[in-house]
Amino acid sequence: MLFTSYEFLGFCAVLLLLYYIIPKKAQWPLLLVASYAFYFIAGPQFIPFIAATTLTVYLTARVMQSIADKQSAFLKAHKEELSKEEKKIFKDKQKRKKLFWFVLCLLLNLGILATVKYANFFIGNINSALISFGSKSVLSFVNVIVPLGISFYTFQSIGYLIDVYRGTVTAEKNVFKYALFVSFFPQLVQGPIGRYGQMSETLYTPHKFDSKQVGFGLERVLWGYFKKLVIADRLFVAVSTMIGDPSTYNGAYSIVIMLFYTVQLYADFTGGIDITIGLAEAMGIRLSENFDRPYFSKSLKEYWRRWHISMCSWFRDYLFYPVSVSKPMQKLTKFTKKVFGNNVGKRIPVYLSTAIVWFSTGIWHGASWNFIVWGMANFAVLMISEEFEPLYKKFNDRFKFTKSFPYTLFRVVRTFALVCALNLFDCYVSIATTGKIFFSAFGARNYHVLFDGSLLNLGLTSLDYIILLGGVLLMLTVSLLQRKGSVREQIFRLPYPVRFALYYGLFLIIILMGAYGIGYDASQFIYNQF
Amino acid sequence: MKAAAKKWIKFIASAVIVVVTLSLLQMLLMPKYSVDGPVEGAFVAEYYGEVKDHDVIFVGDCEVYENFSPIVLWRDYGINSYIRGSADQYIYQSYYLLEDTLRYETPKVVVFNVQALDPKREAEAKEAYNRMSIDGMKWSPAKIGAINSSMLEDEQFLDYVFPILRYHSRWSELDKTDFEYMFKSEKVSHNGYLMKVGVKPAENVPEGKPLHDYKFTEKARKHLDMMVELCEKNGIKLLLIKAPSLYPYWYPEYDQQVAQYAKEHNLTYINFLDETIQAETGIDYTKDTYDAGLHMNVEGAEKLSEWLGKYLTENMGLTDRRGEAELAACWEDKIAFYEADKKAKYEEYEKNIEAN
Repeated sequence: MLFTSYEFLGFCAVLLLLYYIIPKKAQWPLLLVASYAFYFIAGPQFIPFIAATTLTVYLTARVMQSIADKQSAFLKAHKEELSKEEKKIFKDKQKRKKLFWFVLCLLLNLGILATVKYANFFIGNINSALISFGSKSVLSFVNVIVPLGISFYTFQSIGYLIDVYRGTVTAEKNVFKYALFVSFFPQLVQGPIGRYGQMSETLYTPHKFDSKQVGFGLERVLWGYFKKLVIADRLFVAVSTMIGDPSTYNGAYSIVIMLFYTVQLYADFTGGIDITIGLAEAMGIRLSENFDRPYFSKSLKEYWRRWHISMCSWFRDYLFYPVSVSKPMQKLTKFTKKVFGNNVGKRIPVYLSTAIVWFSTGIWHGASWNFIVWGMANFAVLMISEEFEPLYKKFNDRFKFTKSFPYTLFRVVRTFALVCALNLFDCYVSIATTGKIFFSAFGARNYHVLFDGSLLNLGLTSLDYIILLGGVLLMLTVSLLQRKGSVREQIFRLPYPVRFALYYGLFLIIILMGAYGIGYDASQFIYNQF
Repeated sequence: MKAAAKKWIKFIASAVIVVVTLSLLQMLLMPKYSVDGPVEGAFVAEYYGEVKDHDVIFVGDCEVYENFSPIVLWRDYGINSYIRGSADQYIYQSYYLLEDTLRYETPKVVVFNVQALDPKREAEAKEAYNRMSIDGMKWSPAKIGAINSSMLEDEQFLDYVFPILRYHSRWSELDKTDFEYMFKSEKVSHNGYLMKVGVKPAENVPEGKPLHDYKFTEKARKHLDMMVELCEKNGIKLLLIKAPSLYPYWYPEYDQQVAQYAKEHNLTYINFLDETIQAETGIDYTKDTYDAGLHMNVEGAEKLSEWLGKYLTENMGLTDRRGEAELAACWEDKIAFYEADKKAKYEEYEKNIEAN
């Protein structure tokens, strides 16, 4: 059930109605039933996978919580009798117990993820290696299904597991409540990756019908559909045409591909997240924001603080920090400091941890080398920027114009161009093709295609381009207005007829200009595939 | 209280604006079959404006709506008939159009053109033809059945309920006729008959290529059974015909299946491609077709209708109703429109010949 399908709209409409009709106590159980129904419709064969993750993580968290509770109770009861050393030995023992269960559950769930999502990738690579060593026999590929949203719900579950292990959240006692946290359908397929501590505040509490809140939620849903159907799916037509034929669409077209795909990705992903967050908001549930106007970033580092925030913060909190402070890394720090001196030596382990994070980010996006290279390219740019940071600082301190608007704009445009270039790795599975397409943009002999009407042969008419331009300008305007605070609050203060005209106008634009139905190749949300 | 009333007024006013504007937009965006493009899309809806007291109802595709003239059936035999035809009408659409017709009247005879059983056609079904057969139907269980049985993989039921969702992108191709015919339509058929004039002789009509499988599909057979049952239940005589169109090729294997089916169900089957019947009808493929044997021109259609009128009178127990004053008056207008249309079309045809 795609977010853009009539079935999904009908499903949500019925759910929303029921949600506010039934007794408030039954609201979260209804959401659980709805979430499993959603997942069942997507594919009944996926149910065992999400159920397995839910149960294993729930039980492990309960075991870890029980160990922690017993530890606290024991220490409290024997506060006076035990020496500091004895307490430490006891705590270490309990920690080892917790660690055992934690690692077991982690390996199990990462194992499921690795098997269904990465098994064929590994087999493919092993086969390439075997062939290159002259082997005539290769491994056969396995026929596995990839459950919908597995990357998202596995990461969300692991985040919860780590939080319970660390003791930052208390394990949920009610298995059904926990099951809802894992399966909450609006965020199941493309995030944002939720944190239990934050989500549980509103997910299980009863919600009264609040017309303003429901209205605000639905407004955001509408805005999400606008971005998805009017902009992203319209651009999809041109982008897929160009990507599908690299031998024709190269040179100057490369610039068009990078630009169009970057805008498509933004409209598609932020649109999907708007629908997710808006729908949850209409039900009184607060999900974390996933974007903070990322294309206004002045550097790649800033961009990654503002783009796919839930994923980036997940990798930061659950991978980067643990790896950075791990014993092997501490040993490495000591070693590098000794060999390279304090200044360089302390940076090497940080960069290594960052490299691990970006490698993981890359492979999280997809089981192919183009995503891994994309991750490592991001890492390379970030590392180089970090190395040049003192130089930038000196430059910025010395020249006043670096604080001017044109220079800020230049930095924003530069970052956008960089993101466009990096996004090219998303487009082609073959890294060689990506390289060819990227470098063909320089010194191309076909720049005329940008002006001679060739862009009208990509499946888009001049009217489509006008709609796209209007849509992008509208997104830009809304982003600029967001600097003054919530746009919905600003609209809410307008007289009702103006508000109605705005919302209904947007609705009509979606209905009339949306790239949906027969004649358009409906594309699923790009992040559904991750 | 006052605040609550204000809220309700706002809600109702907004709802009215939404419903009215969406309805108007839908009317604007729907294709105007009756003026531009394929007029065949207008036939189904035209039926509802008729006085519904027909003796004979035809169901089928262009092989009925271009090959038989209800005007001749009335003029020469006093048979009141109507063709519920549409482009590339599939058997399941014929069935539901018949079911829809029975909501208004019960004819004595139903004539069904068996070309609609062609499995090749079913395999190559197109959304555009589904639309032309279904969009014009009034809402009823029959329409729902027609939609459900016709929908292709990429079609959605809701698109039929709210056609604006299907035709939403037509806003970029609207022209003045879309505005002009938003609230009205012009008659394009003569009781479902689409008149064509001109001659293009049938020459070198190719034989059909051998098929892997000649069997009618389960779906087609099921709907044929349903049609037989529906007619039996309503005391209607079902007449199976194969109109004399030379293309798409009517395989002998198809013909055998229909003949066998007719025999098993005690139905009459007339194959107009049969040489004896062809001789009786007097169809001359060098003169009576306007498109090289695919369809009849008006002369061919009139010849066929003459033959069929005689057959229906002699074999199906239909009586001459020309004595019914009210009906006769109604047909007088139809005949006048028919003659005027014929004259206009001939004039245009001759003008075109001269110009070329």
